Amino acid sequence: MKSKLNLRKVYLTILMLFFYLPILYMIIFSFNSSKSLTKFTGFSLEWYESLFTNSTMIEAIYYTIIIAVIATVVSTIVGTLACIGLSKSRKILKRFVEQVNQLPILNPEIVTAIGLMLFFASLNIEKGFLTLLLSHIVFCIPYVMLSVAPRIRKLDPNLLDAAMDLGASPSYALVKVIVPQLMPGIIAGALIAFTMSFDDFVISYFVTGNGVNNISIMVYTMSKRVNPTINALSTLIVVTIAMVMFVYYIFDKKSKVEKK
Amino acid sequence: MKLFSRLVHPYVVWISIFVLAPMLLIVLYATTTSGNGTLTLQFTADNFIRFFSDELFINVLINSLEIAVITTLICIAIGYPAAYFISKMNAKQGAILILLITLPMLINMLVRTNAWIGILSDNGVINNVLGFFGFEEVKMMYTRFAVILGMVYNFVPFMILQIHASLSKMDKSLVEASNDLGANRMQTFLKITLPLSMPGVISGITLVFLPAVSSFFIPKLLGGGSELLIGNLIETYFITTGDWNFGSAISLIMAIIIMFSMYLTKKVDKGGRD
Repeated sequence: MKSKLNLRKVYLTILMLFFYLPILYMIIFSFNSSKSLTKFTGFSLEWYESLFTNSTMIEAIYYTIIIAVIATVVSTIVGTLACIGLSKSRKILKRFVEQVNQLPILNPEIVTAIGLMLFFASLNIEKGFLTLLLSHIVFCIPYVMLSVAPRIRKLDPNLLDAAMDLGASPSYALVKVIVPQLMPGIIAGALIAFTMSFDDFVISYFVTGNGVNNISIMVYTMSKRVNPTINALSTLIVVTIAMVMFVYYIFDKKSKVEKK
Repeated sequence: MKLFSRLVHPYVVWISIFVLAPMLLIVLYATTTSGNGTLTLQFTADNFIRFFSDELFINVLINSLEIAVITTLICIAIGYPAAYFISKMNAKQGAILILLITLPMLINMLVRTNAWIGILSDNGVINNVLGFFGFEEVKMMYTRFAVILGMVYNFVPFMILQIHASLSKMDKSLVEASNDLGANRMQTFLKITLPLSMPGVISGITLVFLPAVSSFFIPKLLGGGSELLIGNLIETYFITTGDWNFGSAISLIMAIIIMFSMYLTKKVDKGGRD
């Protein structure tokens, strides 16, 4: 039994090293004083400096965040409303929406990407901020709906009737009764939408233009040459995500303790 | 509640415009000649004939499928034991490990792939370590090995999480019953645990195979030009050469192959369980 336990530990440790060593490596080399990605020549903040003085980089970070925020807000609202509506609509409509919603999820991203690219081109919409934003909303909504739908199914169907019997208008009942019940699903959906949008490369790459780039596209174009600025940028992203997760973890723990 | 059902109508219009129309456009482009006006559509099968009559394209297709299948198999081989071990741990440790596996997934795939370049390159970490022990330098960057490694690195968490989800849903008393009835551990695993975790393996396969077969930045970043996959082909025809008709045909062929293999996987799964 003892040796079995060790095998498990060794295996999982190696796996974790596999996951985290490349990230650690990247962080270390973001502080390298030379351009080399293989020899550590000394500590410096050179690449962070060049990151913050590079205007295209700052722009890409700006676009990534602003698009992720707008896409998250829009797709969360539209997705939630559509989901609520769907639960009350006819079977044919339900099936239709469910099937079409599967397309961006089951199709390879590159297919969704070129579909949207062809679509914008055939309508003569110039590629840029608008096309990028619209595309992000397109692929975020199905994920929001996927996480809201199970909550709706668990909803008590009498809840709405009760609210309206007590004199609530439909919109009041929606905002004050239905939506709060769905909140955990909505928040989870919004989080998924945000990370999907923030990390997206394939779809963004095909539908953007006019110098509007996000972080992923910058990494892709920059990685053709050796450029440690990417490491600096990536390190900042990793640190941000780690901090967000940490705060979330603490928050989660606290709320669980309070519930007990 | 007719009132609320109206809430979905704008969304039906939305998906018809932004999801259905683009898909139909791909089919339209794939089946028409280039340089068409909207009114003078010329339908043709030339794009498909061109693809299947050129050895180069067929080889790219076979190469993509090969790499995707190898990646998927490696992901099962690495992911299954990991998920199995985690499901055997106590709940708290297991939850921490699952969190540790999920965390890197939140980091941009390009960023994570990019991190491997310095490790795999000719004078990178691995070769330095090998050199230190007196081994010869191994060329890893811009090889098939690097591409598969990059894919496994990016996609294996999906496999682990899916298998773990189905293993943790499993009724533990079945294993106990099997043990009580005199089955040894191997028998219990093969007859109880493995079949019950199959749905997780199947959805893991979907989540790994799909992005692997269509990936284009991993082969580009880690494979250089050495490994041309179907995703790279699509990128070239859309971004570089601008031959959208042929590019659409390639994507359509890829989408159909993927759908067919998903169908097969599900079929095999069902057949195996009957």
